[in-house]
Amino acid sequence: MSDDDTGQGTDDEGRVVLVTGGSRGIGLACARWFLDHGDRVAVTSRSGTVEDDTLDGRHPGRLLVLACDVTDAEQVERAFTAVEEAWGPVEVLVANAGITRDTLVLRMGDDAWGDVIDTNLTGSFRVAKRALARMLRLRRGRIVFVSSVSAFLGSAGQANYSAAKAGLVGMARSMAREVATRSITVNVIAPGLVETDMLAALGDDRKAELGTLVPLGRTAEPEEIAEAVGFISSAGAAYITGAVLPVDGGLAMGL
Amino acid sequence: MSNEETFEKFKEVAVEVLQVPADKVTPDARFAEDLDADSLDLVELVMALEESFDVTVEETELEGIETIGQAYDLIVAKL
Repeated sequence: MSDDDTGQGTDDEGRVVLVTGGSRGIGLACARWFLDHGDRVAVTSRSGTVEDDTLDGRHPGRLLVLACDVTDAEQVERAFTAVEEAWGPVEVLVANAGITRDTLVLRMGDDAWGDVIDTNLTGSFRVAKRALARMLRLRRGRIVFVSSVSAFLGSAGQANYSAAKAGLVGMARSMAREVATRSITVNVIAPGLVETDMLAALGDDRKAELGTLVPLGRTAEPEEIAEAVGFISSAGAAYITGAVLPVDGGLAMGL
Repeated sequence: MSNEETFEKFKEVAVEVLQVPADKVTPDARFAEDLDADSLDLVELVMALEESFDVTVEETELEGIETIGQAYDLIVAKL
C-alpha cells in the first residue's frame, strides 16, 4: 500500500493535527492522545488556553495553543495560517468545538438556536472547508467531526444542539463523497455520556437518570472518546469514510 | 504583463495543479477529455488561479467553462 492509499504521510516529526475546542474535555483528551502518539498538535479554544499546564512541558515544540472562535471566519483563517507557518498544512482535523444553550423548544429563542448551530455545525463547516483546501493538494487527510448520541436519540432541552449534531452527519457524508478520490477520509464520532463540564452542567439527577440507560452502566472518560478519534484518524483506518462511530457504552446502539 | 507572459503564468498554475505536462496545456485542451481533470481538480485550479492572479471567480461564471482557453479568457477579463 502506498502512502497515498493510506492517506498518511511519513514525516518522522509526526502529523500536523488541529483540534478545535481543545482547552478541556474531549478536545483536550484528543490533543493528549495525538501528542502521546508522536504527532504535532495545534489546539484552538476561544480563550487561547488549555486546562493542562503540563502539556507543553511534556511535548516541547509539538504543541501550539491558539485563540480561535470558530464562528469567526477570520479567526479560523488566522489559526490555520499560524499552524501552516509553524509546521505546514493540517493533515488531521478534529472538529470538536461546541457549545450548549439548553432550554425547551417553546422557550428557545432564535438566538439560542442560532448560536448553537453557528458554533457546532457552521463552525465545523468553516474549519473543515479550510482544512480541505490544503488536504486536496496533499492528496491525504483525515477529518473527524465530534457529534453526539443526541443526534439520534434527541435530547429534551437540546433541540438546537441535537439538530447541529445530526447536521454534522449529513455534512460529513457529503464531504466524504466529495474528497474520497484524494484519499481524504471524513468521519463522525458520536459520544454518549462523557465526564465533561458539559455533562456536569446537566445536574446529578439527570446524569444518574441517563446513566441507567447505558448498557455498559457508566459514563465515559474523555480519553475513551479520544481513543476512537485517534483510531479513525490513523493509517489503519484508511478504508473508513463517511462512517458514524458511536462511542456511547451502547446507549444509542442500532440507531 | 504581455499576453504571452500571462498565459505562461496561467499555464504554470495549471501544470502544477492538474499535474499534466506543459505541452498539453493549450487553449483548445478540454479539462475532462484531454487533461483528465475531474470537478475537484477544477475547483483546485480555480482557487489556485484566484490566488495567483489576485482575482475572484464566482461559481456562476464557471458554468460552461470546458477548455483551458475559456478559463484563461475568464481570468484575463478580470485583470
